[in-house]
Amino acid sequence: MNIIVLCKQVPDTETKIKLMPDGSRYDEEGIKWVLNVYDEFAVEEALKIKEAGKAAKVTVLSMGPERVIESLRTAMAMGADEAIHIWDPAMAGGDAYTIAKVISKALEGREFGIVLAGKQAVDDDCFSVPGMLAAMLGIPQVNVCSKVEVVDCKVKAYRDIEGGSKQVMDAPMPVILTATKGLNEPRYASLPGIMKAKRKPVEKLDLAKLGLGANDVGIAGSKTKIIGWFLPEERKAGRVFKEGELADRVKEVVRLLREEAKVI
Amino acid sequence: MSNVLVIAELRGNEPKKVTLELIGAATKMAQAAGGAVSTIAIGESVLGLGAKLGPYGTAKVYLAGGVSKYSTEGFINIIEKVVKQENPSVILLGATSTGKDLAPRLAARLNTGLASDCVSFELQGSNPIFIRPVFAGKAFNKVAFNAGPAIATIRPNVLPVPEPGGAAAAEINADASLGDVKADLAEVIQGESKRLDLTEADRIVSGGRGMKARENFNIIEELADSINASVGASRAAVDSGYADQSFQVGQTGKVVNPSLYIACGISGAIQHLAGMRTSKVIVAINKDPEAPIFTKADYGIIGDLFEAVPLMTAEFKKLLAE
Repeated sequence: MNIIVLCKQVPDTETKIKLMPDGSRYDEEGIKWVLNVYDEFAVEEALKIKEAGKAAKVTVLSMGPERVIESLRTAMAMGADEAIHIWDPAMAGGDAYTIAKVISKALEGREFGIVLAGKQAVDDDCFSVPGMLAAMLGIPQVNVCSKVEVVDCKVKAYRDIEGGSKQVMDAPMPVILTATKGLNEPRYASLPGIMKAKRKPVEKLDLAKLGLGANDVGIAGSKTKIIGWFLPEERKAGRVFKEGELADRVKEVVRLLREEAKVI
Repeated sequence: MSNVLVIAELRGNEPKKVTLELIGAATKMAQAAGGAVSTIAIGESVLGLGAKLGPYGTAKVYLAGGVSKYSTEGFINIIEKVVKQENPSVILLGATSTGKDLAPRLAARLNTGLASDCVSFELQGSNPIFIRPVFAGKAFNKVAFNAGPAIATIRPNVLPVPEPGGAAAAEINADASLGDVKADLAEVIQGESKRLDLTEADRIVSGGRGMKARENFNIIEELADSINASVGASRAAVDSGYADQSFQVGQTGKVVNPSLYIACGISGAIQHLAGMRTSKVIVAINKDPEAPIFTKADYGIIGDLFEAVPLMTAEFKKLLAE
């Protein structure tokens, strides 16, 4: 049984987001690119399943320009066996629907029991590709998993919902699972791992290999389009109470919460 | 004529507040497009929902009752049949566990796109433009659709609940057959349900690394209980074992939108702010005057939280007893 892990390279979460002067997109200048944090949980889970002897191979897959190969190497340094890099300039600006379509074509004809992905990418926060992919492949999905057990050809996945509750789902393979924080502790890549990763194979897929046309992908193929970007108003500092008796300061804040802020 | 379909969520036999918020949004969109609002409710008991939901603005409620457990595939199969009947131009779901699970699959099934976790919308003629946060709220996108129907999940506790006043909605029985369902819900492990989920809470008290121990969270709980708030935690507190993952507020936790957020012993890292930056009022209690949270809080108290928090609890109790 093979596991496919969907990976996305995103700006580091410390990044201060600036917009291009024409407001058409964000400025990528100087950005530190990293593997999406939720995808780290997905990669780690795939590796754990393999190490338990329940999977033969872990393949990581990412769509994006050349720079994303570095994040695929990160995943392979953690222990993934091989990578698939999908890109064609026509794919630029594609929405979740087109991304899911591209991945569904990439997975055609491949044997897999589980597709693991992070529940969302921390750049666009769309939370869409895995569910769309599941529908396109006609396979079940369990999202936001905080625990996964593999028994033979079935998966028992614990899905986090509101109130700290969990839905325990039994699903047959092939299945799509998305990872959330708490699923596991992702390992750091070791130096030997990093060295080995440099020699692991990266398969390249473009439009022709996927059997797609330029109109199927990118902005042309998208069902949604981003027609504007804007930045939120910066929250300003309010008042800081540091002088005087603590009890008096607390009393004053509570009074202000009622009389000024009117939230109590 | 363009109709708007709302996918309702129920708590037992009652609609969740987010459903009412969606009906309010749907009403505005339907008015702009010369259409009407209909709602679909799937659950164990769906009796009387026409009377419960109609007054908020939905003309019809499709009822799929006797569905005792959740399944992504089953719910999609039920919803798809209603979509074929209603042919809506817009479909709205809450950006809840259920909504976020159903919407992408539904969108792909209908060969359309999805605007997820939206916090507001504009109307461009008869078409809705959805506004959604990206980069954990550091920026916002305006999203339009090239295809139909437009599907959007909308964050709970952001849009207003409309004033009820209309007539009961017409009730239509929907085909509740689940079809082929491969992922089966074996059981639900209940979490602590004493307080509202953080994503729905209007008041939240959170503890951070400064709490130092799991037992110390009891002072946070007491403060929360004094004002009917939910309890949250920073990533540092969760990773140190002071609180469970489900309490985490922030980039890799929950995004919240309360009227009041009280942060105790939380430094205010960017990733924590990402989860609570839209709070109407932020109060910070921290003994470190350099803590970044003080640059974002409306009211900051520099002091020892182990003294300040119980003092605040006592003050709230006094205030609310008046």
